[in-house]
Amino acid sequence: MKLQVADLNSFYGPAHILFDIALEVGEGEVVALLGRNGAGKSTTFRSIVGLVESRSGRIVFEGKDVSREPTHAIVRGGLGYVPEERRIFTDLTVEENLEVGRQPKRPNAPHWTREKLFTLFPNLGEMRNRPGGRMSGGEQQMLTIARTLMGNPSLVLLDEPSEGLSPKIVEQMVDAILAMKKEGVSIVVSEQNLHFARLISDRAYIIERGKICFGGTMAELDARPDIRDAHLSL
Amino acid sequence: MAFYFVQFLTGLASAASLFLVASGLSIIFGVTRIVNFAHGAFYMLGAYVAFTLTERFSGALGFWGGIVVAALIVAIIGVLVEMVLLRRIYHAPELFQLLATFGLTLMVQDIVVMIWGPDDLLGRRAPGFKGAVDFFGQNIPSYDLFLIALSPIVLGILWLLFQRTRWGVLVRAATQDRDMVAALGVNQKWLFTSVFALGVFLAALGGALQIPRDAVHHALDLRIIVEVFVVVVIGGLGSIIGAFVAAVLVSELNAFGILIFPKISIILVFLVMAVVLIVRPWGLFGKPEAAARRTPGLTVTPWRPLTSGERLMSLGALVLAAMMPLFAGNYALTVGSEIAIFVIFAASLHFLMSVGGLASFGHAAYFGLGAYGVAFLAKAAGLPMIASLLLGPVLGLLGAAVFGFFAVQLSGVYFAMLTLAFAQIVWSIAFQWVEVTGGDNGILGVWPERWAASPANFYWLSLGITALVVTVLRVMVFSPFGFALRATRDSPLRSEAIGINGKRVQWTAFVISGTVAGIGGALFAYLKGSVFPDSVGISLSVDALVMVLLGGVETVSGAVIGAIVFKAANIWLVSQTDLSKLVLGGFIVLMVVAFPKGIVGTLETIRNRRRSAEAKKSALVTSRIEAAE
Repeated sequence: MKLQVADLNSFYGPAHILFDIALEVGEGEVVALLGRNGAGKSTTFRSIVGLVESRSGRIVFEGKDVSREPTHAIVRGGLGYVPEERRIFTDLTVEENLEVGRQPKRPNAPHWTREKLFTLFPNLGEMRNRPGGRMSGGEQQMLTIARTLMGNPSLVLLDEPSEGLSPKIVEQMVDAILAMKKEGVSIVVSEQNLHFARLISDRAYIIERGKICFGGTMAELDARPDIRDAHLSL
Repeated sequence: MAFYFVQFLTGLASAASLFLVASGLSIIFGVTRIVNFAHGAFYMLGAYVAFTLTERFSGALGFWGGIVVAALIVAIIGVLVEMVLLRRIYHAPELFQLLATFGLTLMVQDIVVMIWGPDDLLGRRAPGFKGAVDFFGQNIPSYDLFLIALSPIVLGILWLLFQRTRWGVLVRAATQDRDMVAALGVNQKWLFTSVFALGVFLAALGGALQIPRDAVHHALDLRIIVEVFVVVVIGGLGSIIGAFVAAVLVSELNAFGILIFPKISIILVFLVMAVVLIVRPWGLFGKPEAAARRTPGLTVTPWRPLTSGERLMSLGALVLAAMMPLFAGNYALTVGSEIAIFVIFAASLHFLMSVGGLASFGHAAYFGLGAYGVAFLAKAAGLPMIASLLLGPVLGLLGAAVFGFFAVQLSGVYFAMLTLAFAQIVWSIAFQWVEVTGGDNGILGVWPERWAASPANFYWLSLGITALVVTVLRVMVFSPFGFALRATRDSPLRSEAIGINGKRVQWTAFVISGTVAGIGGALFAYLKGSVFPDSVGISLSVDALVMVLLGGVETVSGAVIGAIVFKAANIWLVSQTDLSKLVLGGFIVLMVVAFPKGIVGTLETIRNRRRSAEAKKSALVTSRIEAAE
């Protein structure tokens, strides 16, 4: 098992946001976390990497409980995180953005170099010295993923990678994620877009009002249109 | 012509230290978002340590090695400060960060006097740069030429460091989004510590390099920090190039200003700063900051007017205070008047700081202006006491109207720096314009008229005015104007969207607050019978901040309680120890770290906890808040 989350509860101040979240990701698997706006997808990711201060529960990554570790230590252990808002360093060039993400080689994860990433995202290779602030939304999204891959993660949390992108870019995104999977990276991807999720994922969880209300393979989800219609806006 | 050129070079040489300190401040602020008020203290420590080392070790190596080692030693002290103190307050509201580093500055002032004594120390001349270069009959010290060459070199090294090293890339990234840097696996703690070390190193180097030019003394810190604040406000906080250009600009303005207005050369700098603020409020090379994320308050208790029971209690306390002359002696009554006056002063700052969300670090300016106003009217114009008391605060009002107009263009730390700089300008005028203000000798013989001369009568007068002022301010908090002011404080964008002219409201609050402070100052002048530049000084501004903080920043009545407790303790403390700055500074630091809610805030928390415990017993309230991302 790559990642095991159990009894995860999170709070923003006095507000209780996540209720007993449990999810599992297998080695090399792509798992989708589906849910509407405000269902708690981003909070789940932020809680896993320790960016939500007030949380309780167990987060076991590669057999080790990381729930008490600070964010940077969790990420250094090989758990990469790509935030929804992209958060590119706008003053830094493409190459400098990648440099911030760079971490040493890891024995159990694919090793990414700048050149390898530029073949995966050819657009980025053509604008190595462009400041992040002067890139389009799609290019920025590619850059955030590439930046996280520079840390050689064995698992990546991808928060809504298709949000706000044109269909053509979404296609490129699908290719990139499948290429990552082929390299052996395990991926959790949060999505509102079921079509996009279906193209890349092996399994799916549905989250609604901070609770997991479904977990199963894509085929199982397709067999339950009632669940799909109740929890996902299509 | 040669004279002007030499004057220009002197300005450039002075810019070197200013640039080093300002760039250090900028770098630290960029990453940690802390405006390190203690930066002047590190500059001063650099000078003192370098003095000792260069005296101890002879020769060229002893001198230049001593300068560098001094900067390194101070940088290590800086690292300790960062690890012990700053790491605890990175998430605190910025006011607390400013206050804690200010407390540190106060402590260092007493510590250097303890170690090096109160006298000016004259450092050694730099080996190899002892002579002067002749330029068409004008002498330029060769050390000045060395300093002129140094700043571009340091600028270049810093540029390479930030552009060409991984550390520099990480620092630039953290300047923009430090959480994201952590989410990419970078340990922020050590990044912050290393940045702080570099910033302090630069400040200490700036101080150490000054010893061949200037005497080392224990007031260096405030002098440099005010100039540095002016530099970063003009150049833009966070920009190293901006620090460089503005340091040169300010130094040249000083160098030539002294030729134009020999007594009040600082006016020229002030005028330039005012122009920059109007044209580019974020500085020449700075970037407009996105609307700052509001630090959530320490308490979430909403303010409410006093209940009728509490009103009766306040009235009772006032009656009790008014009965003091029946049993207290003259000394106690004079102390009582002073405490009452400081209640006015603290309440005025509280109105600006807690209600308006604008923490002024130079509030003594308006207190002092009120005091000088009375002194001018009573001494120069010979007006009767009542007229002077009524008209004196008008000077405070005018000062607040002028400075406030510029200050409210900014917010947060910029506001704090600017108000401090303004106060220092007022202080310089009071200190330097001897013909009008008497300079350091002040204006003497401002005594109250016979009807108010006895300690009891003056006490009643002060108490009455205090009660009136505090009531009016309190009524204002719960008036429509108070609501508009609080709305602007809590959300500038939303309040603007419902038609509140935020800047106008804040400016009005600034003027009200300055006027009230002026009323306090006017009474103070009559209490002491004299006015000195101290009434405008930084330490008085800090006293006001501590009073509000001690009472509780986020309470309505904290200032009153804070002023009474602080002033009483302060008067007692000064009679007990010579190290009052060390004690006060330590007290501020401790309070920020351990006791941030203040007296009234803590009492309210205890009362609320008790209440909510009772509420829980009676009914189990389950509230589920919608999950939000």
